[in-house]
Amino acid sequence: MTPMPDPAPADPNTTHPLLQTIGLTKRYGDFLANDKIDLEVVPREIHALLGENGAGKSTLVKTIYGLVQPSAGELRWQGAPIRLSGPAEARSLGIGMVFQHFSLFDNLTVAENVALGLDGKEPLKAITARLADVARDYGLPLDPKREVWQLSVGERQRIEIVRALMQNPKFLILDEPTAVLTPQEADQLFVVLERLKAEGRAILYISHKLDEVKRLCDTATILRGGKKVATCNPKRETAASLARMMVGTEIKEVMPPAERRTTVPRLVVNDLTLAPAELHGVRLQNISFELKGGEILGIAGVAGNGQDELFAALSGERLVKEPGTIILDGLACGNRSITERRKMGAAFVPEERLGHGTAPRMRLSENALLTGHAASAMVRHGFIDAAATLRTVDLTTETFDVRKAKRDPEAASLSGGNLQKFVVGREILRKPAVLVVNQPTWGVDAGAAAIIRQALIDLASAGAAVLVTSQDLDELVEISDRIAVMFHGHLSEPLPRAEATRERLGLLMGGANLDRKEAPHAAGA
Amino acid sequence: MQLVLEKRAERSRTIALVSPLIAIGLTLITMSILFAVLGKNPIMALGVYFIAPLTDGYSLQEIAVKATPLVMIAIGLSLCYLANAWNIGAEGQFLMGAVAGSWIAVNTQGTDAGHWVLPAMLVAGAVAGALYALIPALCRVKFGASEILTSLMLVYVADLVLDYLVRGPWRDPAGFNFPTTAEFDPVATVPVLIEGGRLHLGSIIALVVVAGAFVLLDRTIKGFEIRVVGVAPRAARFGGFNANQLVLLTFAVSGALAGLAGIIEVAGPIGHLQPGISPGYGFTAIIVAFLGRLNPVGILIAGLFLALTFIGGEQAQITMKIPLDVTKVFQGILLFYVLACDSLILYRFKLVFTSRQVQSGAG
Ligand SMILES: Nc1ncnc2c1ncn2[C@@H]1O[C@H](COP(=O)(O)OP(=O)(O)OP(=O)(O)O)[C@@H](O)[C@H]1O
Ligand SMILES: [Mg+2]
Repeated sequence: MTPMPDPAPADPNTTHPLLQTIGLTKRYGDFLANDKIDLEVVPREIHALLGENGAGKSTLVKTIYGLVQPSAGELRWQGAPIRLSGPAEARSLGIGMVFQHFSLFDNLTVAENVALGLDGKEPLKAITARLADVARDYGLPLDPKREVWQLSVGERQRIEIVRALMQNPKFLILDEPTAVLTPQEADQLFVVLERLKAEGRAILYISHKLDEVKRLCDTATILRGGKKVATCNPKRETAASLARMMVGTEIKEVMPPAERRTTVPRLVVNDLTLAPAELHGVRLQNISFELKGGEILGIAGVAGNGQDELFAALSGERLVKEPGTIILDGLACGNRSITERRKMGAAFVPEERLGHGTAPRMRLSENALLTGHAASAMVRHGFIDAAATLRTVDLTTETFDVRKAKRDPEAASLSGGNLQKFVVGREILRKPAVLVVNQPTWGVDAGAAAIIRQALIDLASAGAAVLVTSQDLDELVEISDRIAVMFHGHLSEPLPRAEATRERLGLLMGGANLDRKEAPHAAGA
Repeated sequence: MQLVLEKRAERSRTIALVSPLIAIGLTLITMSILFAVLGKNPIMALGVYFIAPLTDGYSLQEIAVKATPLVMIAIGLSLCYLANAWNIGAEGQFLMGAVAGSWIAVNTQGTDAGHWVLPAMLVAGAVAGALYALIPALCRVKFGASEILTSLMLVYVADLVLDYLVRGPWRDPAGFNFPTTAEFDPVATVPVLIEGGRLHLGSIIALVVVAGAFVLLDRTIKGFEIRVVGVAPRAARFGGFNANQLVLLTFAVSGALAGLAGIIEVAGPIGHLQPGISPGYGFTAIIVAFLGRLNPVGILIAGLFLALTFIGGEQAQITMKIPLDVTKVFQGILLFYVLACDSLILYRFKLVFTSRQVQSGAG
């Protein structure tokens, strides 16, 4: 084999499309996920792919990456028609992809994970060296020898990006890369993307964050209901005009929380300390708070600071010995099962919707049963009332605008955002007394996010206590009455919304102790 | 050039249905080669194995008789496997059920005990099988011991217990020193369905078990729990389903069904307790469970098919002098192909030509 010349940087003057789709169509049964889509991406371009949940964005990029076989239409690579038999072939052409959900092994090192994702038979040592080079070169610091469990979400995504870059792609696809990043991490990512663009590569970028798209992207293709509706320059559009093209109508604003009357405490946590169940988990330390009916408490914090552990303890997936540590509606229930807590009127939405919130390979009606069996009338004398489970699916579909190919599909076939609407809607519709929800609008489009936030506010207005954990500070500020920050397993004193400025929250998220910071200040005054 | 397995983007439903058929086809081809090597005419041999038994009434009854324990055991095993609990020791639970039921038969022998004897024997067989299965299940839940190993090892313990009993305390004094109990009394015998035939009540019980399993899995919350725990353990925990409890439950149920099959076999077609009451039903049932796709109706069909191989094997031994062990070889090859073909549901084969370009560092 002769070494090929470095294929990446294209002739700076080319404007010939690098990748084209012509009439690309993907059919699932009678449902058209992609309907005759024409797309053109040229080198030296960051091309946004926009659309509501279920518009067909992921389907389109999976087709380009060879993961999904198109039902009709054509793919062209540098002008020549191609047929991809799988991702390996796409990679060999120079197409790279970073998925929204990472595929990393926690107990392997960064280098080992990268090696598993590469096609060649390169020895680990060479990979490690090359990895360090690429990482340094692009300013994406990564220690090849660290094990993945020690890394933050942002660092994990860096692995995926570096892995894609090591294939030296001419064309890089990123599916909602910033959904899980902090604003700082997102900024770092944008610097890298600008650099890649300057090197003559093309990038296809999926995001629901329109301001980000306006800032970064040169072109935007907008999908609606599987069809392409427009191609435009996002810099010349406003976020509202982009949204209008995506939805076809105006988006509703979330009504500012009307003055709500708070009632009695419905969820009380008393000095909760809990050793991690998993090897690499976070220890919860002396967590105490009180949440009243009619109130929304937001929990901010960088992922991996104990939010998952707190969720497990509150939901009853993990039991605590001392019953009085967690009190639901006046009843000590630290040692009660999740089913008993549901019967007491609590409802839970975990962060991970596939595999945790739902069984991916089971139908939506079965997934309605998964949490509904406890407290809803879906089971009689041990027998499942199939009609009742379907009614829940229909009601959720209607209320939360869940778009899907048929009435009762497998959970895994729903688009990410639509599944999110389902898992949140499923719980809200049960009208819980206490709702604990993690990342309620993760990967959800602007319109649907507004629906979900409004539903949370309405639930609180009706007297429920709502605990929202989110990485999205804007979201928390928009809907919460008070906001606390989680850091290294500690929960800060909640700040009233008026005092919860971005700066103060940011400091708390970095581990600063505001009280102590303010003490000398006060003394000096 | 190399052959690689590549993950399919979507699960192939068609392949899920035809994969058992592909497995059977491949098994038949392999068997033909094996017959040819043994110097037998493959076409004739396959005819004797798979066609001849279907052509006379006696063999058809015999197929149903052999399918009865296979189906009952496999239904139980399928519940375990769906719940991700690996009971490999159904053979031992079968033997223990046979022993426990026989204990009642032996102790009421020659008394004028009434019609309660057979029902009591069936209950005893089921309970003993369940208790015996709970040993490995408890070891897994309490100590994390691999239930695969412990359940398998307990098969040999059961085998020796049975052997000891029929050679020692329970041996028929009038039995010319053969290691066997006396022939059971009529009240301790499973009645036949057709006068003078071999088909017995156990086959009806097996059908009831199939129907019960279908309702359990399809219509009840317990069945739902079993299915969720297997395919999505984390979601199951979120749903409030306790995986350990389900390990105990499915092991107990499958042990009970194996034990019931054991006592029915002894009190039915055999009529007394002796060593070698099972030609490996407990192990063959594993094949039945997988060939039937862990689905009750599929298991019924698969059970009849594997029963056919037992009958065909006996006939091939008589008419063509093909060793009986060939049947076991056949069943082993079949399981191998079934599991291999199952990979086709999730993966596809692909030829990769290693003309890969040398990659240089990015940038
Ligand atoms: N395997 C499948 N079987 C059936 N329908 C499918 C399958 N995969 C996707 N779909 C349907 O195709 C539509 C488009 O899905 P896709 O994942 O492309 O949406 P998306 O634009 O990426 O949305 P999101 O923003 O929520 O990620 C969805 O309505 C989904 O239900
Ligand atoms: Mg998507």
